[in-house]
Amino acid sequence: MCREAVELVTDYLEGALTGRDRARLELHLADCPHCSAYLAQMRRTLDLLGRIEPEALDPQVADDLVMLYRRWQSE
Amino acid sequence: MEDAELVARLRLGDEDAFRFVVERYHPSLLRLAMTMVPSRAVAEEVVQDTWLGLVRGIKGFEGRSSLRTWLFHVLVNRARSTGVHERRPATGVTAGPAVDPSRFGADGSWADPPVPWPDEVDDRLVASQLAERIRPRIDELPDMQRRVVILRDVEGLGATQVCELLGLSEGNQRVLLHRGRSRLRGMLESEMGNV
Repeated sequence: MCREAVELVTDYLEGALTGRDRARLELHLADCPHCSAYLAQMRRTLDLLGRIEPEALDPQVADDLVMLYRRWQSE
Repeated sequence: MEDAELVARLRLGDEDAFRFVVERYHPSLLRLAMTMVPSRAVAEEVVQDTWLGLVRGIKGFEGRSSLRTWLFHVLVNRARSTGVHERRPATGVTAGPAVDPSRFGADGSWADPPVPWPDEVDDRLVASQLAERIRPRIDELPDMQRRVVILRDVEGLGATQVCELLGLSEGNQRVLLHRGRSRLRGMLESEMGNV
């Protein structure tokens, strides 16, 4: 069951499981500390992914684009 | 600045508004472009082309999506029309278990179970360090998984938007997300020893 449970985690978090599958998984999670730990790790993973900042913009790139913008406007 | 104000000012050719949207969205656009074309140089051209697309198209922008989502759409179209082949052939949805099968016993229950991560992961400083460490690992994912994970989990777009943007069915989008997320969890699990 654990091997199946880890494959259902994304559907579970996405709200894509049928009511019955969801209830079955929740029953298993209540009973299995390892799968609960796995789900907690997945939630932490998503939290960390959401914290990744895009790389900083080189000010030169912004300046060059503004120059281009001026040219595009006049075309 | 709100989208509505930005759009109004961009329609008038306002340079400050343009610089503002460039500063806000250029890095995200570049990150997405790099998942779609073979090199950084081409990705930079595609993003520049996207900005030209904004200049040409802003008058027709109706505000039904956010400015960001619209820019992502312009970018995806530009990337596809470069005619440059993707880094790897579109692998589509690849199967493969979320967790190494050897970690389960014959009855399918955990033989080598996950160890709960230390609470310090919730600490903001540790979390931002880990976020920096996971960033390069995203690049190791197959292209489609990477695109979906970046748009969903890093950029925070909704499932429907991502399906529209990448031309995926809801089911395929979820499978790609599942593969990508599962692999990243596994990578973090092996990093945890070094926290």
